[in-house]
Amino acid sequence: MMTRSAVEIRGDVAAGRTSPSAVCAATLERLDRQAGRFNAFITVAHDRARAKARELDRDPALAGRPLAGVPVAIKDNICTRGVRTTAASRVLEHHVPLYDATVVERLEAAGAMIVGKTNCDEFAMGSSSEHSAFGPVRNPWDTGRTAGGSSGGSAVAVATRLVPIALGSETGGSVRQPAALCGVVGLKPTYGRVSRYGLIAFVSSIDQVGVFGATVADVAACLQVIAGRDPREATSADVPVDDYIAAIEGGAQGLRVGVPNAWVGAGLEPGVRQAFTDSLDVLRGAGADLVDVELPHSEYATATYAVVVMAEASSNLSRFDGVRYGARAPHADTVDALYSRTRALFGDEVKRRIMLGTYVLSAGYYDAYYLKAQKVRALIRQDFERAFERVDVIATPTSPTTAFRLGERLEDPVQMYLADAFTASANLGGIPAISVPCGFAAGLPVGLQFMARAWAEPVLFRTAAAYERLTAWTTHAPSV
Amino acid sequence: MPSVAAFTTDEVRRLAHLARLELSSAELELFTRQLQDILAFAQQINAVDTSSGPAIPFIAGEARPGSLREDTVHPCLDRAEVLALAPEADRAAGLFKVPRVLNE
Repeated sequence: MMTRSAVEIRGDVAAGRTSPSAVCAATLERLDRQAGRFNAFITVAHDRARAKARELDRDPALAGRPLAGVPVAIKDNICTRGVRTTAASRVLEHHVPLYDATVVERLEAAGAMIVGKTNCDEFAMGSSSEHSAFGPVRNPWDTGRTAGGSSGGSAVAVATRLVPIALGSETGGSVRQPAALCGVVGLKPTYGRVSRYGLIAFVSSIDQVGVFGATVADVAACLQVIAGRDPREATSADVPVDDYIAAIEGGAQGLRVGVPNAWVGAGLEPGVRQAFTDSLDVLRGAGADLVDVELPHSEYATATYAVVVMAEASSNLSRFDGVRYGARAPHADTVDALYSRTRALFGDEVKRRIMLGTYVLSAGYYDAYYLKAQKVRALIRQDFERAFERVDVIATPTSPTTAFRLGERLEDPVQMYLADAFTASANLGGIPAISVPCGFAAGLPVGLQFMARAWAEPVLFRTAAAYERLTAWTTHAPSV
Repeated sequence: MPSVAAFTTDEVRRLAHLARLELSSAELELFTRQLQDILAFAQQINAVDTSSGPAIPFIAGEARPGSLREDTVHPCLDRAEVLALAPEADRAAGLFKVPRVLNE
């Protein structure tokens, strides 16, 4: 059985055409059967999913909840009480959190069933889901290729139609880029839109929970549930939550779509360039106005991002010391040895970022790196503010390439960072962005990105849904 | 801007110590090359003139930080549950255990 959309499942549950337990059983059966093929899951939450399904079965009043009976997958850097949460790290290999992330609480309160925890890059550090202590995630369109990252497992869970919705996390493109490489929809909300309580911290000035869906409507339905102020999370903003579900009806007529031609002109794979150009033609044909915009500092986004990320990661990951929770190296006679040997369990990419972060925050280097990067970041943000005076959304390819081969960039960290070339600037600017499928190049999916001003998720949903209806690319799924 | 050319295995060894990361000799060699590459890449930001740029925003984007909450007592994690997660703890005393730190 191919899982239908969240909107359809919820409708069937509300009308009594199916039961949450039936949906749950079918999903878990497929999950167990498929488990090893794409390595998309680290932990399957059989008991938790079944318990939620039984609760929904028993109480007919719950059938009206917005995600009643919808199976969802959660990236494994988001805490689930009683269900192992590893961040794909040996340091947290056996860690079972004592509390749920706010997003998990809200999904379950809306009637969703959490079926498992998805594989990703360790502590969300990477763009290929290869930096995982549990092995790489494989792309369902070509298992010799990466699913993208860091939230690759969640992208695959949705691409294979195992679940209609999955949560990921975004720091530099970790939802949009794997969404593009796997052919699904991926959203990074405005910084502060969604609570991060229970999201394992990586880059606190940037991190945000994101949403994968097979359709734009499903992503809107999920954001509707998880968005909003959380008293437990100081950076979650007290900004009203719009009606995202209504926003998808808008259509492309009269939309002002900015295209940063100077920025996206270079370095595109020919197939990606063709799909992007075709997408712009589709929007123009539907009545959108295409406007050339300039984002002169975005070409520095990846380098700026690298500095901010290494600095904040080195600080955030200092908490993993083998004392209060997580792994502890055996036979350490001194506290220093305990720390150093426990932290030796981190993978290569995590070690690189911790060391470079330590370097750029050192006395004498802070101004030259972290402070300088923050100044460039302010310019990137100013570019967006100026551009959004003239346009409603800005369109770019999501990724300069389609899915690359497993192992291809592992030895060259800088090449790996360049996978985020078009995504990281939205993170630095704190603005929302969405990736929608926009075709194929040599059999591999290509993603189209729209960015909007802060808190303007409704116009993103309007634009993405209009494009989706015009092209039907979101109806394509890999044969599995 | 400090010179990236100065990045040596000694520098990496010093950083690993500061960050409390035990590295193998193979890692030391690999990371010396890779950290240098990454730092050279990061130095692209020097090409940007930031002398008359806007003020650095608080945190990011348009995010409005929540107003400060009242400083009132709320239930928190249960001590016994927290200690049960620890690699080593003295549950009766309610404490985490670490190797001896005094008179090392």
